[in-house]
Amino acid sequence: MGQLFLGLINGSFYAVLSLGLAVIFGLLNIINFAHGALYMMGAFIGWMLLNYAGIGYWPALILSPLIVGGFGILLERTMLSRLYHLDHLYGLLLTFGLALIIQGLFRNYYGISGMSYQIPAALSGGQNLGFMFLPNYRAWVVLASVVVCFGTWFMIERTRLGAYLRAATENPVLVGAFGINVPLMITLTYGFGVALAAFAGVLAAPIYSVNPNMGADLIIVVFAVVVIGGMGSIMGAILTGFGLGLVEGLARVFYPEGSAVVIFVIMAIVLMIKPEGLFGRAV
Amino acid sequence: MALTENQGDERIHVPPSAGMPVLHKVIFLVLLAFLMVLPFMVYPVFAMKVMCFALFAAAFNLLLGFGGLLSFGHAAFFGTASYVAAHAAKVWGLTPELAVLAGTGAAALLGLAIGALAVRRQGIYFAMVTLAFAQMVYFFALQTEFTGGEDGIQSVPRGDLFGLISLQDNIALYFFVLAVTFGGVLFLYRITHSPFGQVLKAIRENEARAISLGYNVNRYKLLVFVLSATFAGLAGATKSQVFQLASLTDVHWSMSGEVVLMTLLGGMGTIFGPLVGAAVIVTMQNYLATFGAWVTVIQGVIFVLSVLLFREGIVGVISRRFKRPL
Repeated sequence: MGQLFLGLINGSFYAVLSLGLAVIFGLLNIINFAHGALYMMGAFIGWMLLNYAGIGYWPALILSPLIVGGFGILLERTMLSRLYHLDHLYGLLLTFGLALIIQGLFRNYYGISGMSYQIPAALSGGQNLGFMFLPNYRAWVVLASVVVCFGTWFMIERTRLGAYLRAATENPVLVGAFGINVPLMITLTYGFGVALAAFAGVLAAPIYSVNPNMGADLIIVVFAVVVIGGMGSIMGAILTGFGLGLVEGLARVFYPEGSAVVIFVIMAIVLMIKPEGLFGRAV
Repeated sequence: MALTENQGDERIHVPPSAGMPVLHKVIFLVLLAFLMVLPFMVYPVFAMKVMCFALFAAAFNLLLGFGGLLSFGHAAFFGTASYVAAHAAKVWGLTPELAVLAGTGAAALLGLAIGALAVRRQGIYFAMVTLAFAQMVYFFALQTEFTGGEDGIQSVPRGDLFGLISLQDNIALYFFVLAVTFGGVLFLYRITHSPFGQVLKAIRENEARAISLGYNVNRYKLLVFVLSATFAGLAGATKSQVFQLASLTDVHWSMSGEVVLMTLLGGMGTIFGPLVGAAVIVTMQNYLATFGAWVTVIQGVIFVLSVLLFREGIVGVISRRFKRPL
């Protein structure tokens, strides 16, 4: 039970991160390789706010995504926007380079040993549910991720802004002809996508130690999640994220040695049976 | 023999039967002559490292530059071959050439397995799939016994070539590595200028048209993937003999990123670009080794600058300037 719940925690991070990737991919047609690095940056900014400015967890949960989102907007305006007319692979290569720079810089200043981040007082302790012990903070992580995921889903699928966004995904030129500022929308989408990554980073800070490499390995698993789910649908990205977290948790119970690779194995199976992904459209 | 005179187009279309253009022959001969005297001018192990990575990048370029497929998981083949060759030389006591062959064969098999799945997706998905499988190989290397986990396989004996010639001496080993890597690069050159290479170009330029012409595109993609993996493996296996070491660095994703960088910087789709790119990056790592993590930052900066300003790469720019394919 405890392991399953741990799987759900991982699933929360997979869901929020793959959601951000899917939102960015939908409009920009690039895979944001820097997503893991920006997730790490989100966690680090949370840590810095606490240690340098004395700003606690709750403000950091808002501030850190705003800062990283602003940084993302800067990246999009100065670099990514120059590549839209080229093969999508260049976007991947550019963001890979950015990820190396960000990780390298943090590694220079903070080394590779982790920093600890205290669980906020309001969420310390836990509940005994009879069949398992549930730490409050972990319950909060799952709750917060679910709320953020479904909030994003609602915004994209059920609001007017989301309708513009979806229309721009289908045909940016036509939407632009209707007088909607598509380049601005693209910029804000990228900012929003990376802000999601930073949000996940702050959520993760008290659970995992804050270290420069925390995003690098996670992002590869998230890529596999994205391949399994396909990036055609927002809901698909969310469900696949949570689902695969659970599967990983199950694997940890029944076959611990295989838990690190189970998602990759599922990816191989999905590629054999339904190459476009569970929720994907044929590309 | 003559170069086709198409000044405007950056790519040549030498008929496969025409043989190697004179210019390429000259460059290869000059390069060979230079490599013959190189070990007497610089530290041979450094030169061998450059050659191994040059072969690695050339193998990667076969896939990216000529097949149009961006793999972000080539470290899997490089590293697997490195491990198998090290294990074969150390535990099975095979001679160097057999150990290298064993490693290369392992990489080819792995390439077949991963490639068969990966070619089902295209573009960025292909990159993500290969990256994910390479990470799986990394976890495997981290956990199984025979790879030695964090320690890797250390102090691999250098052995006697064909059981006769001792490779203990750096210079003797150097010429073995030179023969292997130079031969590998020439072989890759031959592949890209064969009818098979022409079909690859056709697929890269317009996949739908290649399909309508009756080519089984996925089979061609798989074949080029396996070939690329095999030569990446040859490079990795040779590298393990040089450094007498196979370690987790060889299978880590940052190694996959490095080979992408070498090819991008040198010029993808060019013949000599990957070799130049490998030489530049390895030299840079060598001189900046004392700066620790700054190397990563600098590599990232080169990545960003190459993509934003310098997409043709070093050799690509020279090639355009002289209006000759290089």
